[in-house]
Amino acid sequence: MELICPAGTPAAYREAADAGADAIYCGFRNDTNARNFPGLNFSTPELVEAVAYGRARGVGTYVALNTFMRAGDEDLWYRAAGDAVAAGAEALIVADMALMAHVAERYPEQRLHVSVQASASNVDAINFLVSSFGARRLVLPRVLTIPEIAAIARNVNCELEVFAFGGLCVMAEGRCSLSSYVTGQSPNMHGVCSPASHVRYREDGEDMVSELAGFTINRFGPGEPAGYPTLCKGRFHIAEDDGYAFEDPVSLDVMNHIEALADAGVTALKIEGRQRGKAYVAEVVRRLKDALNSAPADRAQHVEGLRLLSEGQRTTTGAYEKKWR
Amino acid sequence: MILPRRLTMVLDRVPLTVVQRVADLVFQQAIKQHPQLFDRLGTHAGKRYRFTPADLDLSFVIEPQRKRIKVYRKKATPTVDAAAAGPMVTLLALLEGRLDGDAVFFSRSLTLTGDMEAMLALRNALDDCGFDLPTDLAPAAGPFAPVFRQLAQRVREHALAGIA
Repeated sequence: MELICPAGTPAAYREAADAGADAIYCGFRNDTNARNFPGLNFSTPELVEAVAYGRARGVGTYVALNTFMRAGDEDLWYRAAGDAVAAGAEALIVADMALMAHVAERYPEQRLHVSVQASASNVDAINFLVSSFGARRLVLPRVLTIPEIAAIARNVNCELEVFAFGGLCVMAEGRCSLSSYVTGQSPNMHGVCSPASHVRYREDGEDMVSELAGFTINRFGPGEPAGYPTLCKGRFHIAEDDGYAFEDPVSLDVMNHIEALADAGVTALKIEGRQRGKAYVAEVVRRLKDALNSAPADRAQHVEGLRLLSEGQRTTTGAYEKKWR
Repeated sequence: MILPRRLTMVLDRVPLTVVQRVADLVFQQAIKQHPQLFDRLGTHAGKRYRFTPADLDLSFVIEPQRKRIKVYRKKATPTVDAAAAGPMVTLLALLEGRLDGDAVFFSRSLTLTGDMEAMLALRNALDDCGFDLPTDLAPAAGPFAPVFRQLAQRVREHALAGIA
């Protein structure tokens, strides 16, 4: 299976390519990609260099244009699509149907992937995107069990990519507005969930308190592993209970289910983490590549230890096993 | 990895003026070799950042735009826009991008306060610009550059093994 790896900077791109990525996804330094964080992402010249670096090593470059176009600002997304095509990106990863239509019409030869942010999670939705815009691949939302993925794969005419490792959303990808309720910005429209400009940490005795736009959203006791300052992973007081109402601070890891995913018809595994440092990218890509090249029985030894790099230092198989129903 | 007590006792007794001169040398040499740092920082280059090694009685305040580093004793540290505190080796490993900042944060080895947008911009800028202290500082050692680089690399290797 193809291993799709994240790169938030040119340095991370080089690390991913050298560590064994089959393809690397990245985005521009603006609202067109869902990891629009300060100091992160690529200028157009940096993307051109990255594509060349990847191509020289047989590594493809996928450009994420996976936010939804704002009314009146569509040109920003159209320009980004044109720049990515001109840079030689092997694929554009798109969420907004209007942008898919634009790419399909203006660049009919360009390979189009449907982003996880498009939230296409059933056969009809996928077939519609394939027949309407010529989408060649679809990144499935992290809401499906492996049998559900298999049922979809049997009835669609495109490649399927799934997230295998890394950060985990609250399973409403492309539709989550939690962040915008308190910050005015969301991953869908601005490319940021819990924008750093609204995040503050403070020490309270031996506890670490995280705040988003002035709201306390979590308190970590001494030595307790921390998570990202997102509302979905905040601790809430509900009735008589204090705890995680939506989701624990935890990361995805389905490397123990590679055979089942391959049998289900998945053709590509994606690593989340464009916001992570190059050290993380290098380590995770190298270990997952080794795991993919190993016999199933030997796989666990390669993935061991990655848990400590994960949010909350814990991992889960999430909806792929859907143990909660 | 925390610096050995015997070493921190020695380092804490080094006069601040001497530490300041070394810090100036390291900082100027490093930014001279990595000017692209400022491109990623953007408007955050004008902010003041503080790095406090938990195992030393020192605090480093950096002003990228002014290309200035100032060393303080902890009790005399001024107010800054954004601050990070953690073991000295961890801070140096983050400077070189040899550790992932998020992972260190999750493990609670790193404490962050202040303007997180500025701190994130600096983290990402540092991660991309490829600081390599033994290589970057070696030219300052003149004819002893190769020896310095080799020695510094061995020290770094040993220190990073202590973190892993």
